[in-house]
Amino acid sequence: MNISQLNDLYRQLIIDHAQHPHHHGELAQADQQINLNNPTCGDVIDLQVIFENEYIKEIAFSGDGCSISQASASMMCDLVKGQSTAQAKQEIAVFLEMLMNNPDEPSETLGDAAVLAAVVKFPARIKCATLAWKALEQAITQEEDHGGN
Amino acid sequence: MVKDIATARNDFPLLATTMNQAPITYLDNAATTQKPQPVIDRLIKYYQTENVNVQRGVYALAQATTTKYEQVRQQVADFLNAQPTEIVFTRGTTTSLNWVAQSFAPTVIQPDDEILITIMEHHSNLVPWQIVAQKLGARLRYVELDDAGHLDLKQLQASLTSRTKIVALTHVSNVLGTINPIKQITTWAHRVGAYVVVDGAQAVGHLPVDVQDLDCDFYAFSGHKVYGPTGIGVLYGKAALLAQMPPVEYGGEMINLVTRQTTDFKPAPAKFEAGTMPIAQVIGLGAALDYLTSLGWSQIMTQEQHLLQLAGSQLQAIPGVTLYGPALTTAHSAVLSFNLAGVHPHDLATVLDSQGVAIRAGHHCAQPLMTALQVSATARASFAFYNNDQDVERLITAVKMAKEFFQA
Repeated sequence: MNISQLNDLYRQLIIDHAQHPHHHGELAQADQQINLNNPTCGDVIDLQVIFENEYIKEIAFSGDGCSISQASASMMCDLVKGQSTAQAKQEIAVFLEMLMNNPDEPSETLGDAAVLAAVVKFPARIKCATLAWKALEQAITQEEDHGGN
Repeated sequence: MVKDIATARNDFPLLATTMNQAPITYLDNAATTQKPQPVIDRLIKYYQTENVNVQRGVYALAQATTTKYEQVRQQVADFLNAQPTEIVFTRGTTTSLNWVAQSFAPTVIQPDDEILITIMEHHSNLVPWQIVAQKLGARLRYVELDDAGHLDLKQLQASLTSRTKIVALTHVSNVLGTINPIKQITTWAHRVGAYVVVDGAQAVGHLPVDVQDLDCDFYAFSGHKVYGPTGIGVLYGKAALLAQMPPVEYGGEMINLVTRQTTDFKPAPAKFEAGTMPIAQVIGLGAALDYLTSLGWSQIMTQEQHLLQLAGSQLQAIPGVTLYGPALTTAHSAVLSFNLAGVHPHDLATVLDSQGVAIRAGHHCAQPLMTALQVSATARASFAFYNNDQDVERLITAVKMAKEFFQA
């Protein structure tokens, strides 16, 4: 592997999000809070969401992890804030599909998160990239099952 | 005839391979060690010419292979200075420790008794004790680290009371490289009547272990960490204690007599070895111990200590690198945990991977220790005698490259 592949993984956009993550912090009154960790490496994410009329009104994350997991969480929060839960679920599906099966055609709907397609070439890091998205998936499911305003 | 350690590296075919188009620099020896050709050859020979089930056949080959299997038990006993009846073959260190926790501990622990472990334990010598403590109503207590990164021996001594029934600790920390003074601790523990269970996974293969000298009650290690096959481990237990410890699994070849309602078990170690054992792996373990013996402790320890000093001092010289664990003395095995400021260990490991350098990044199955160190993860380079100065150089170059890459 050469530097260009590394550069592909650690694009400036990813580094920027990792070093200055958006929506990083805690919400005062979250409707759903999900704590997920990656037991093989110890990455932790606390994702908080405020829902309103089946829309994601506010979203924030905290925790600790590598640049891929932090950048991915930051990009995801940018993307889904203001979306309906149905839209967000669709984005999650597209993102997970991109990392599992279809690296050559990053979806345009994913915004900044589309650059994470490069992670496919680093199989050991896929779980880092998907952690936040799996947390959001759980938050939405939990809201649909038990929450609601 | 002592084999020269400088050429021993050539015995390990994997070390001649590449990773990401670079020669592999294998520095994850605390996770598993590579296998020398004599061990690989021994496994092939077993499957080609010796493969039968042991302990049961009446034909010549079955007898011959059974003899070889039992010779390895003798060999392991000699290696640890024990008796062959005190050597139980298991799946690995994890199984050995679980068996002591599940089967021996209930014979000595009453409600409100205490189990003393240390904050530097691998989960395999921590979770089994949590579970058994919960089950038996016992209290699980921890010995912490002192300011120098060693076990706090004063606190350990103060924690030993007549309620302490088991002291379980690692011989060598898989994260910090700390070598614990087992003999001293055993003396203290025995004064209060506690039994001492030692996780030797990171010790055997790197330093001589004499269970009689240590006077520990149980000692566990894994074949794959001593240049042998996976799937085979050892539990040493003092004969009287193995006798009082019930079997964990029941089945073929561990019984004397079975009637419709009752069973009489064979004595240890046979009562613990139910069903068909990993015979090839036992034979391979024997070859691995032969190989280690051909090198001798002096060469192995000198080389690993050299690598520790070289890598430790060069890592420390990189601005932003923090080393965890005790000072780099001979009480430190060749395991180095470190972090580079501003770079998460996974990102560091990915850059090293791109250069063919294999290290571990994460919590190393020691989450309570990570919490105590106030880190979420570390990078870990762990050495074996076959590593050389060039491996250290590649590690250092790659860490510097990561630092530059992330502008940390």
